[in-house]
Amino acid sequence: MLNAIAVLLVCQLLGEISSQLLAIPVPGPVIGMVVLILILRTVPTAADALSETSNGILRHLSLLFVPAGVGVMLHAATVKQQWLAIMVSVVLGTALTLAVTALMIKLTLHLTHLCRKAQR
Amino acid sequence: MSPVRLIDIWVYLAASPLLHLTLTVTAYLFSDWLYRKSGNRSLLHPVLIAVIVLVVILTTTNTGYPRYFEGAQFVHFFLGPATVALAVPLYRNFARLRQMWLPLCFGLLTGAVTAALSAVFLAWLLGATPQTLLALAPKSVTAPVAMGITEKLGGPASLTAILVVSTGIVGAVIGPTILNWCRVSDPAVRGFAMGTASHGIGTARAFQESEIAGAFSGLAMGLNTLVSSLLIPPLLDVLGLIP
Repeated sequence: MLNAIAVLLVCQLLGEISSQLLAIPVPGPVIGMVVLILILRTVPTAADALSETSNGILRHLSLLFVPAGVGVMLHAATVKQQWLAIMVSVVLGTALTLAVTALMIKLTLHLTHLCRKAQR
Repeated sequence: MSPVRLIDIWVYLAASPLLHLTLTVTAYLFSDWLYRKSGNRSLLHPVLIAVIVLVVILTTTNTGYPRYFEGAQFVHFFLGPATVALAVPLYRNFARLRQMWLPLCFGLLTGAVTAALSAVFLAWLLGATPQTLLALAPKSVTAPVAMGITEKLGGPASLTAILVVSTGIVGAVIGPTILNWCRVSDPAVRGFAMGTASHGIGTARAFQESEIAGAFSGLAMGLNTLVSSLLIPPLLDVLGLIP
């Protein structure tokens, strides 16, 4: 497990360093994820060695958002004043995003499928 | 033990990060237990309940958020390594990913633009202040990155954190139903939409549906950080929202 955590930390560190060096808006952990994919594609056996730890962390991914959520304490006044705007924006906006994303993929999948058929 | 001694112990514990770290983990475990016990009733989302429990505890003990965060930061920190860990399920589903990368790109771009514009537009319509609009724009992006975007635009980053968490909870609660309404059954597409709209909390929900859904949700969450950090600043600039 310690090995796996070390690998994750090293990848994140590499990600943070390249994010700073290249001055790109991509966050370090995301570059770290790409680094780890590249490592896994070079050393496929590493996936099994990492899977127990990565599954462990990902199973409780929600826990990691709790400290940020408790920050609601700091903004009780803002939330109280503008609760309707915030609630509608969050609920309706999220519903809309879900539907648009899924339907767009469905549509383009269908189109690429038709193109492939036409080529044959 | 005399009451004075008990208060001494409390004062001692409250000053160390241990107490609030332990509270965060146990409040979450309790909420997760409650959620499963209730037969996964979506309104009892573990993050929602854990946040309520913790806010009640902190308010009654008169503890400020900075003091709480001294302990909770150790949990918050793991958002980074967890993002890196998403590489493992992604690697396992690489064949599927390669097969449908173009449709996913289209979905991601339209999804990211819809997320930012719908959030800003709906809130503006209902009279939200310009600062709140800046905090709402990156609400579908995972916490640390969304906070970075708002900060760069000159908005309140800590307000963004709450809106991000709320969006995650809402996406996890309504996501599966919305996707059923849209008649989307492919687990890869379902996961990808969940991750685009509601980042890590949506990803946790997608992992409950299947490993493929979780992997694609994680992918969408990762890619959305990239697309949104590039798109949101110029988008808000065009709308004239940047102070």
